Amino acid sequence: MKRMDGLSLVNISFLGNGPYNLTVQSGECVGMTGKSGVGKSQLLRAVTDLIVHGGECFLNGRSCNDIPPPEWRTMVAMVPAESFWWFDTVAPHFAVKRLGQDFVDLLELCGFSEDVLRWQISRLSTGERQRLALVRTLITKPKVLLLDEPTASLDKNMERKVEQLLTDIFSMQHTACIWVSHDMEQLARVAGKVVRVEQHGVTEEGT
Amino acid sequence: MGVISLSAFDLSLTATLLILLAATSFRLGLGLEKRILVSGMRMTLQLLLIGLILKFLFANASFALVFFLSLFMLLVAGYEVWARQKRKLRGTAGYLISTVSMLVSSFTLAFLALNVIVGVAPWYTPQYAIPLLGMLLGNSMNSVALASDKLTSEMYNMRGVVEQRLLLGQNWQEASSDIRRDCMRTGMIPIINSMAAAGVVSLPGMMTGQILGGTSPVDAVKYQILIMFLIAAGTGFGVITAIFLICRRLFDERQRLVLDCLETPEVNKRF
Repeated sequence: MKRMDGLSLVNISFLGNGPYNLTVQSGECVGMTGKSGVGKSQLLRAVTDLIVHGGECFLNGRSCNDIPPPEWRTMVAMVPAESFWWFDTVAPHFAVKRLGQDFVDLLELCGFSEDVLRWQISRLSTGERQRLALVRTLITKPKVLLLDEPTASLDKNMERKVEQLLTDIFSMQHTACIWVSHDMEQLARVAGKVVRVEQHGVTEEGT
Repeated sequence: MGVISLSAFDLSLTATLLILLAATSFRLGLGLEKRILVSGMRMTLQLLLIGLILKFLFANASFALVFFLSLFMLLVAGYEVWARQKRKLRGTAGYLISTVSMLVSSFTLAFLALNVIVGVAPWYTPQYAIPLLGMLLGNSMNSVALASDKLTSEMYNMRGVVEQRLLLGQNWQEASSDIRRDCMRTGMIPIINSMAAAGVVSLPGMMTGQILGGTSPVDAVKYQILIMFLIAAGTGFGVITAIFLICRRLFDERQRLVLDCLETPEVNKRF
């Protein structure tokens, strides 16, 4: 396999879907759309190696199969449409030992103060959970971000803020991104190109 | 004072209490009446049968006979642990894990107790080996079944959380740690409670049996302490073994949660 910066999906298939081939360069955001139930979320789960699949994923030329799963999932991080929380309060869900400035900045950019870390999970709204799920993943500085409808529960104002934050991160940290959404206007704002997922492959929608 | 022998009439009097319970269950719509009656009949038949087998075994003590009876008890205990789970592991893996856990929890400890602690000669003397093994199997079977059932159910119900933790870069041990810990607690708490209440709230069955049989209370208590320690240790190690083996089986070599290896409960098979 020729060395390439970014993420490559080669003949990815699962549960009768695929093969899917796609390349996302470092710093590039690819928008992904398609009918409900066509397998967009499952494709992201296959890329993070969370489900059994055929084909191979490469990150900067290294195969997923050569990298231990926890390490792969830290580098190729996914924020699912529905986030899950298992401790009573917010703080223990973050994989950081202490509160650094970049963490505080990230919280502020997503509309939170440090106090949020002491909040009970039960008092969080769906939108707050979605933004905190983003912070939880972004703080680990992944090389690839797989976002499954990341702003679905946010109001327009917050949606734009999160879009801006994420596009800044793509360009500053050279993060490759696949952004799944049904909102074509949003994909036009955040993605360099948009692909449509069909049952047996992806087709390019436009740039 | 000798033991007062119980007649068939005495036993049938107590059986009427069970029939009364089944009738109450029917009246309250609990749906347990069939299970109460079948379990009661099964228990009576099994105990009568084991009474005859033990009578024969005590008269013809041999290693082969003790071994085969123990093996039979182990295989049935393994099956009972496996069968009591709502979402069992598919194929032979589930049964094997249950049986191995029972082996760890009962056989090894019974062997240790007979050889090192009690020091009976020969170590397989059926009067000691079979009751000891039976008590260890019976007690650890409940705990291992309880913990295993909770594990498979929790992993299924909490799959979103487990996968979320995997997505955050945790390995399978970390992603399942809280669930595994809860299941181990569930399995061990009954025996811990039994130990705490023994002699104060409850008089354990074996000790009561020995006292009724004419053994001095002090000797009966010593045996009861030995048994309680063995049961507690056996239950604990059996639960830990079962939880670890089942949980490992629920993740594949790429540390993905694979719930396809669990059977679907009957209630979900309508369509």
